[in-house]
Amino acid sequence: MQNHRTGQSPLKSTLLAQLCAKSRLRESRILIAILLSMLGMGNTPSAHALPAFARKYGLRCSACHESWPMLNYFGQKFKDNGYQLMNDRDAPIWQNASYWPITLRMTPFWSRESVNKLAVDSAPTGEQKITTTGFNLGGLDILTMGTLEKNFSFQLVPSSDETGAFHFEAVNVRFDNLLHSPWLNVKVGKFELDTFISEKRGLTLSGSGGEYQLFHFIPVGDGNIFGQVGDNQLGAEWMGHSDNDRTRLSAAVFSSTDGNVDVPYGQNSYSAFFAGSQAFSAGKLGVQRIGGYAMYGVAPTTYLTSGGVPIPGSGIGNKSFSRVGFEGLFYLGQHLDFQVFTQHGSDDAWFGACYGDIITGTCDPTTQNNTTGILPAGARKPTWNGAFVETHYVYSPQLTIFQRSEWIRMSQQAFATNPSNLGDIDNYVVGYRYNPFMTSRAGFAFHNEYSWIRQRGTSPVTATDLSSNSLMLGFDFDF
Amino acid sequence: MRSTLHISVRRLGLLILAFPLAAVAQQTHADFAARIGMESHIGNVTGHAKNAQYDYRRYCVGCHGERGDGMGENFPWIDPKPRDFQLGIFKCRSTPTGTLPTDQDLSDTIARGIDRSNMPSWNTFTLQQKADLVAWVKHFSPRWASEKPGTPIQIPPEPAVTAERLKNGREIFAKVQCWKCHGVTGEANGPSAATLQDDLGRPIAPFNFTEGSPKCGSSDADLYRIFMTGLDGTPMPSFADNIKPDEAWDLVFYLKSLEPKKSKEREIATKLQLKPVDTTPPGQQ
Repeated sequence: MQNHRTGQSPLKSTLLAQLCAKSRLRESRILIAILLSMLGMGNTPSAHALPAFARKYGLRCSACHESWPMLNYFGQKFKDNGYQLMNDRDAPIWQNASYWPITLRMTPFWSRESVNKLAVDSAPTGEQKITTTGFNLGGLDILTMGTLEKNFSFQLVPSSDETGAFHFEAVNVRFDNLLHSPWLNVKVGKFELDTFISEKRGLTLSGSGGEYQLFHFIPVGDGNIFGQVGDNQLGAEWMGHSDNDRTRLSAAVFSSTDGNVDVPYGQNSYSAFFAGSQAFSAGKLGVQRIGGYAMYGVAPTTYLTSGGVPIPGSGIGNKSFSRVGFEGLFYLGQHLDFQVFTQHGSDDAWFGACYGDIITGTCDPTTQNNTTGILPAGARKPTWNGAFVETHYVYSPQLTIFQRSEWIRMSQQAFATNPSNLGDIDNYVVGYRYNPFMTSRAGFAFHNEYSWIRQRGTSPVTATDLSSNSLMLGFDFDF
Repeated sequence: MRSTLHISVRRLGLLILAFPLAAVAQQTHADFAARIGMESHIGNVTGHAKNAQYDYRRYCVGCHGERGDGMGENFPWIDPKPRDFQLGIFKCRSTPTGTLPTDQDLSDTIARGIDRSNMPSWNTFTLQQKADLVAWVKHFSPRWASEKPGTPIQIPPEPAVTAERLKNGREIFAKVQCWKCHGVTGEANGPSAATLQDDLGRPIAPFNFTEGSPKCGSSDADLYRIFMTGLDGTPMPSFADNIKPDEAWDLVFYLKSLEPKKSKEREIATKLQLKPVDTTPPGQQ
């Protein structure tokens, strides 16, 4: 329901628009982009919680979701088995013929959005705080997932933003338990990368807190949009797990296109993603899970042009990037759990100098096409570290109170002349979800949330700290 | 409207048929509260009913209902119907027919799930979760307050499968008339199959040995246990008084030969060209 093509938050898309391509965009266009971003307050990621499965198996949402859409251990196992309980009810041939594996999710809400510094013509400093309130929509997800036959399953998720513009968030087929082994499962298409902490199944929805910043972080002025862990990617994945799903491993290879179709970037640019985790029982505390991930990829920095315009799919001059980190899901009894996610990120110096994506305008196609092979003077690899902790107090399966605190710190700027904290992010979210009823047919939640985010040194005119906050009061429908 | 009425009439009919059992098992919240201290003991783990309320509500209540009577929201839509815990009658036991199962039996059922039903395998639960849920299940029925579980039956070591044992198993299959429900080829198409009802008067199908897994486990020992304990609440009786342990193993081997998957039993049966049992009454053959 957000800008799924880039997976960027309004604040971040604003920053990228302002800073990476600052020199080439007119101020009026920036302002329009900012206002559009603000009005796109619903920052709800396309979230996966499927009452269609509940209806198929007669299980309540709470059986698979800690609080929907966040999966619990049972739900994770169900997903890893290819949306199967591994009993005779899995294949659709055993279902009532009228069963249709489709779920609709929509989120109408009221919100208050405030950004502290926006470029405004009439403001004495050129910047002004803007606050707006109003009713809005978070778009629509049409979630279809299910089995075609035992061990053959599919996922198709057309998703619209709040304007009704649709795109395919996920399209894939998967083959599970090949050779009767849970260690041999293959998925092909557009899919979510296999972090068990899933942004697609995250609980937060508001404009400044709906996303995990680390899943989409791009340093200020950087031209690499391809390393976003949170964006669904186009490729193939092998995944294996133990019978009880305590041990999970996966490896994926995909085109470096950030999930965009028609291979619009490099001629031969691929990325890989590896993940592994182990769950263990900690007595009365519950089942804990720890794991790690690594993403390594290359993406182009040089494009052929026609009339000065870069030709999609002509990119060469691949440069590398990487993202590595740990993740953990820790339970302290039945009611309290913590999700912890860390990341160390690194981009090639060319990306840091804003070479890379000149197809969709992240970088300037006239000045930032690497045709000379000469790196701008002083350019370095931008690197950063970050972490978030998300806490859920699950009072009952119907009421969950949550918070997330997230921090990203640059450890090396692309240019030594940049302030050392340029682009650092602090993000805090708090809220609750209350399901007035819970059945095995549909999901409905009152969702109230407040979030605040600050990025250092990125205000459009004075290059001081840019912050925004959101208050969201909404309803989450899932049928 | 018509379908709603139809369902209501069916439910009413079931209630009338089940009246003798339901009357015994009619439970109030006060009864449950009195048994909230129920415990279970599985290995060295002690389960407490009061600690399972959260998990029961999260995972189980949609089928088994708030009062454990199997009347959760899914009751009208699923078949077989969810277990009514208030009756204290369970299919999958290691204990003789008519007795209560052990805590381990109930825990095993939770972990294994029940094939050909809506009960999935909950093997993601910790031992403590299962133990607590077992105690919670027990607290629904007054039987646990006044009776002790039966003593688990002894299962002798499994002998080696031979042609003689397989042929003997076929004889026992005929003698105790397994075919009447399960059919001569094990395909659940015996002459009585269509008439079977459980103790609550609901139609129930016999197990088809040519597909799926038995509800209470699919190992050889599980099959042996099922003959000797019966599946309480269903027409499947215990044969503990009718067949000897050695004969029960022979019957296990014969039944395994009916399953389509590759097995030593099937291999021997093919070599022997073993034919389905002859059900023609004596004198008419």
